[in-house]
Amino acid sequence: MAGILVYALHDDEGNFNKNSLGALSEAAKLAGELGTEAAAVIVGDISDDGAAGLGNYGVTKVYRAKDVPEGLAQPIVDVMAKVIQDNGYTYALFGGGLLGFEIGAGLTARLGAGVTMEVTKVKVDGGKLVSERPILQDSKIADVGYVSEPGIIIGRLNAFDVNESGGTAEVVDVDVELSEFSTKAEMITRGEQRGADVDIEAADILIGGGRGLGSADGFKDCEELAGAFSNGAVAATRAVVDAGWYPYAAQIGQTGKTVAPKLYLAVGVSGAIQHKVGMQNSENIVAINKDANAPIFEFSDLGIVGDLNKIMPKLTEAIKAKKG
Amino acid sequence: MKICVLVKDVPDAAVQKRIDPGTMRLDRSGENTLNPFDTHAIEAAMQLREGGELQVDEIVAVTMGTDTAARALQKAVALGADRSVHLSDDALAGSDVCATGLALAKVLESEGPDLVLLGQQSDDGECYTIGAVVADHLKMPSLTQVIDMKVDGDKIRCERQAEYGYDTVALTLPAVISVGDAINEPRYPSLKAIMGAKKKPLDSKSAADVGIDAGQVGEAGSQTTVISLNEPPQKEAGEIIEDEDTAETVEKIVAWLEERKLI
Repeated sequence: MAGILVYALHDDEGNFNKNSLGALSEAAKLAGELGTEAAAVIVGDISDDGAAGLGNYGVTKVYRAKDVPEGLAQPIVDVMAKVIQDNGYTYALFGGGLLGFEIGAGLTARLGAGVTMEVTKVKVDGGKLVSERPILQDSKIADVGYVSEPGIIIGRLNAFDVNESGGTAEVVDVDVELSEFSTKAEMITRGEQRGADVDIEAADILIGGGRGLGSADGFKDCEELAGAFSNGAVAATRAVVDAGWYPYAAQIGQTGKTVAPKLYLAVGVSGAIQHKVGMQNSENIVAINKDANAPIFEFSDLGIVGDLNKIMPKLTEAIKAKKG
Repeated sequence: MKICVLVKDVPDAAVQKRIDPGTMRLDRSGENTLNPFDTHAIEAAMQLREGGELQVDEIVAVTMGTDTAARALQKAVALGADRSVHLSDDALAGSDVCATGLALAKVLESEGPDLVLLGQQSDDGECYTIGAVVADHLKMPSLTQVIDMKVDGDKIRCERQAEYGYDTVALTLPAVISVGDAINEPRYPSLKAIMGAKKKPLDSKSAADVGIDAGQVGEAGSQTTVISLNEPPQKEAGEIIEDEDTAETVEKIVAWLEERKLI
């Protein structure tokens, strides 16, 4: 049979990832247009009800590999390759995130399959799927087709909306013998939180700090500025979180949070795609950056080319003064 | 042990990149440079050697590409690689991710590395995937977007950020690891190293030299096809202020925010 196979990622408590649920919903919609069905692959210890519950997002079948660990790509490549080969799935779809990139890439090699990543939209054309893939810093969009089966589609973060259609899926347990090399990466700890547990999702105003702040000290100015607004908080890019300048809980983007505040004020943020996807739906975007060519200016409503060290303290004072 | 570092030459960040409408491929005719992420991979290899916990006998820079790619190799050697390998063949032109990964795996196979390092993404392709493609072909464990590596007996203990926070993963060698830019601060090459780079051995290899079947690479071996190239939906251009008089700039920002009831 034809069909679309989707990997559904979950955390250690068995909660499925929002981007995976979006991919399931998208696959179900596309399968309907193609006149076929969508199915999910899950690994690890997920209950019968938890697995069958994915039917709520439109998939009719869930393949479960109970003994395969969650969180590392290569064992999951083994599982998906087997399910695809045994059942003749014609596409594999992944929601945005990190693991989907690795699993999709592994499948590409294993099955000699075409792959497209950072896909923002999938459409049906002549009974086949075509992916829209933004390239060159999102300045062009390539429509990409697949020459052979299966085609591997890796979505961009938040590309696919979650759609609850109701229903339950048939759960099929699969036994997969893992490749020897797939067992040679061992998860020591998963999902460690670093830094304070801050809440950025409830804020109306977010000050997003990036590498342009120069050092961890720069975040003090961001916190001052956020404090000058009502309901302001500070967010951060991956680069500065990885550098230990700010807590992981405040991170925006591919491996962080997605936000849509009333105002996102980016200071010293270049605007890499991985950050953009986590904040581009903010109502108003203001950017301060000394590099006039920074990509952030391409999607800002107001851009200030200048030295943030000069501008930020004065801006904080001015806003405080306005509020009295 | 031998470390191979995969490198790529990419259009310089300051150059406006364009797609050749005839071939639907990136126009690589302008000024090129070593992919910035790859400089972190070379630095990571150097630090493993200098750390002394593993005996690193050789660091080899490996690339695939046209003649201009040799410049990326020279930079890689100036940064510390001992020698380089350049896979170049007309048959490789137009390779997609699937075909590129296969070709790179073949050239790596001919070197038999104990560790393959590469940058997590290229400045031009933004694919993030090559490391994992190559690893599957080489049947090696792999991890991408790694920001810390420590030698732990015969394993490399890696940290990276994934969907739920930081993961720590131990990889048994041989392995393929792609690194992020937070992993280290690459050194600047010395003038002596830059001058000496041209004298270090550079092996040029054709597809046939490393056992690549021409039908599996290039356009013939690619499993995706670019159907069309379109303009993204136009977003209204934002207002830009060049900060000359900061007091005035701040006044303008505050007025803009007030107009939108954000203060």
